[in-house]
Amino acid sequence: MTISKTLIASAVLAASISALQVQAADVPAGVVLADKQELVRGGGSEPATLDPQKIEGTPGSIRSKDLFEGLYNQDGDGNQIPGVATSYDVNADNTQYTFHLRKDAKWSNGEPVTAEDFVFAFTRSVDPATASPYAWFMEIPSIVNASKIIAGEADPSTLGVKALDDHTFQVTLERPVPYFVKMTSHQNMFPVPKKVVEKWGDDWTKPEHMVSNGAYKMDEWIVNEKMVFTRNQHYWNDAKTVINKVTYLPIESPNAELKRFQAGQMDLSYELPNDHYKQLLREIPDEVVVTPKLGTYYYQFNTTKAPYNDVRVRKALSYAIDRNVITKYVTGVGEIPAYSFTPEVVNDFNPETPDYATWTQKQRNQKAQALLEEAGFDKSNPLSFKLLYNTNENHKKIAIAIASMWKKTLGVQVTLENQEWKTYLETKKHQQFDVARAGWIGDYNEASTMLDLLTTTHGNNDGKYSNANYDKLLHEARTMQNPAENYNKAEAIAIEQDMAVAPIYQYTEKRLVKSYLGGYMPNPEDNVYVRDMYIIKH
Amino acid sequence: MFTFISKRILEAIPTLLVLITISFFLMHAAPGSPFSSERALPAEVLANINAKYHLDEPVINQYFYYLGGLLQGDLGPSFRYKDFTINELIAQSFPVSAEIGIWSFLVALILGVGCGIIAALRQNSWVDYSVMAFANLGIVLPNFVLAPLCILFFSIYNHWLPPGGWNGGAWPYLIMPVIAMSTSYIAQIARITRGSMIETMHSNFIRTAHAKGLPKHRIIFQHALRPTMLPVISYLGPAFVGIVTGSVIVDVYFGTGGIGQHFINGALNRDYSMVMGVTILVGTLTILFNAVVDILYAVIDPKIRY
Repeated sequence: MTISKTLIASAVLAASISALQVQAADVPAGVVLADKQELVRGGGSEPATLDPQKIEGTPGSIRSKDLFEGLYNQDGDGNQIPGVATSYDVNADNTQYTFHLRKDAKWSNGEPVTAEDFVFAFTRSVDPATASPYAWFMEIPSIVNASKIIAGEADPSTLGVKALDDHTFQVTLERPVPYFVKMTSHQNMFPVPKKVVEKWGDDWTKPEHMVSNGAYKMDEWIVNEKMVFTRNQHYWNDAKTVINKVTYLPIESPNAELKRFQAGQMDLSYELPNDHYKQLLREIPDEVVVTPKLGTYYYQFNTTKAPYNDVRVRKALSYAIDRNVITKYVTGVGEIPAYSFTPEVVNDFNPETPDYATWTQKQRNQKAQALLEEAGFDKSNPLSFKLLYNTNENHKKIAIAIASMWKKTLGVQVTLENQEWKTYLETKKHQQFDVARAGWIGDYNEASTMLDLLTTTHGNNDGKYSNANYDKLLHEARTMQNPAENYNKAEAIAIEQDMAVAPIYQYTEKRLVKSYLGGYMPNPEDNVYVRDMYIIKH
Repeated sequence: MFTFISKRILEAIPTLLVLITISFFLMHAAPGSPFSSERALPAEVLANINAKYHLDEPVINQYFYYLGGLLQGDLGPSFRYKDFTINELIAQSFPVSAEIGIWSFLVALILGVGCGIIAALRQNSWVDYSVMAFANLGIVLPNFVLAPLCILFFSIYNHWLPPGGWNGGAWPYLIMPVIAMSTSYIAQIARITRGSMIETMHSNFIRTAHAKGLPKHRIIFQHALRPTMLPVISYLGPAFVGIVTGSVIVDVYFGTGGIGQHFINGALNRDYSMVMGVTILVGTLTILFNAVVDILYAVIDPKIRY
């Protein structure tokens, strides 16, 4: 499904979407299921909250997908498939979406999921009283008045959302946003039970109060020990759900997690320790699953500061990084070398390969040496700077490798500087760095989730890169039917021409999955749903 | 004794206040805030969050709000775990660590004192050397090495024990945390006991007891043990506090859900109220158990009277 199609024939599309098969545990014929359908999953760190409108990290996000269901879900390839909504219509100028909700969608207390619950959820997301750290997510599709409400300039009730009746939910946007429907799989747009939230306030997420509309409901939550979900008998597709109980173990250390997996106490891990990757691949190749992820690991240049305001210096440093060595020998967990800012796995856009990606590393090194010399640095006057990264073994290894490449090829003197996470964030935010490690994971499967980051006013543009043409291209792309051309031009400006950042590799999702677990379908945004999984007799 | 205890309580209040004040301002002086994250928040979003937690007000006001809450027993909302208050988090995690701690303490005390006495009585024999070798090993072997080794042995090579979890403190889940937690304490206590016992056994009143022809077990248990325990007890007070407030290593490796993790994560996440909560807890327990040690001294040592 392409964005242009969505816009060209929305009515036809609405019909075709509703005809798409709904994802559920799809057990192939001949597979014998285990008697005990209980899944234990590594859950990363303890989530900060399970309130869909307040969740900001991955640990909260993965759990929320079992407890709640939004208008649309995603399949294994990242395509939108019906969730609570069975179809939608779009008006002629693509600013008004009308979602038709299924009549059998129910909360875990048996009450129906109504359009009013969606109105309530969308509104509380932007309501300043909720103080949601993800409120900005509603600003991206420019829902009418979202920005004003967040800024306290309009009443939350004026948000562009409406319940036309119990099963018809309408959202009005200030301008057409082609990828709006894609955003509805995000937990920030999940419904919450209005009556329950109003009754219990901030305490509504406690196991004894929580009511949810997903395939599972909360049974137990012991901070830093476990979270247990059981089947929501009222879920509309409960008949096609197989796993009865899901336990999430909040384990931050990948090594500790690996031990649980090896001891047979976990079926699906959150990640795997890089150091053990090769060994695991030898010992249990069928249980190591690596898939591409919507994100890029890169080095950021502080363009407000000489000499990093000189494109020749930025290019020299970027060219001299041998990305193949980094991904093959340093990280070594199937990462893909990155020469563009947008990862290849993104939907509806294939970044054109920039010239420097087609050169050999030798050519890149020669070019780098020439550029740095041109910028006035040589052996008698070597470039020296600090490379900032947040304290972490993997970042350290990469930094050491790249620093030695720079030293060998360019004679650059690099001092490594690691800072604890929050200190590192502050340092970057105030441009108190020369070159810094950075990474970005997309929020929705569309290139602007990456490219917007390099626009002049973006809050995460810590290197303060600024190019008026780039900004213009991305601004235009927001309402374009087919923005791919603009994205390519933008990539060419930011990376090929200006080297605003040095892309290093495209992230991968790496997990340990027991061979008896079926239906695990990771997609680039890591939207996986336990209701699609099943345990094979073993 | 009564005056002694009331005096101790009165002294505790200003001590705690100083502790709270210093911790509060140090914590707020650390760079970043509970809500700084990789995704820089739009100013208006950040303003709403800061307003909700009073972070938009001067630190001194925040300090007095905090003290106000504290007087009513309210340790405030957690900045990190937004669905919980600090009171709830401590009520959930402290009993876990306390249970592991009390068992570890008992194990450490019994084995430590036992080994120490045996080593002292067989001074410079192979028994002494092996006990002390074990003690030194226990001290140098950090629990971040011991914990994964335990899991490898008990859970992966031999499926004897679950590799982690707590399950309400069922005993199979308790064994490895207790081993990881108590080993270094056993070692320390054994060393202190041994030294103290050797010293006691050379004192005049023991020589007198020998001269009187008392049987050896009576000399040891009735005469030597009490003075031997004095230095051990002064070590046990702070050790007890350390042991019941858990360990981040034990919590991380065994996923017990104890309070140890909150010490480190609280600081890393700039969860101001969590850092204050655990600081106050440890402060109070330290003051309390130092007082208990003093009282025990008076009970054991006839030379001390309050």
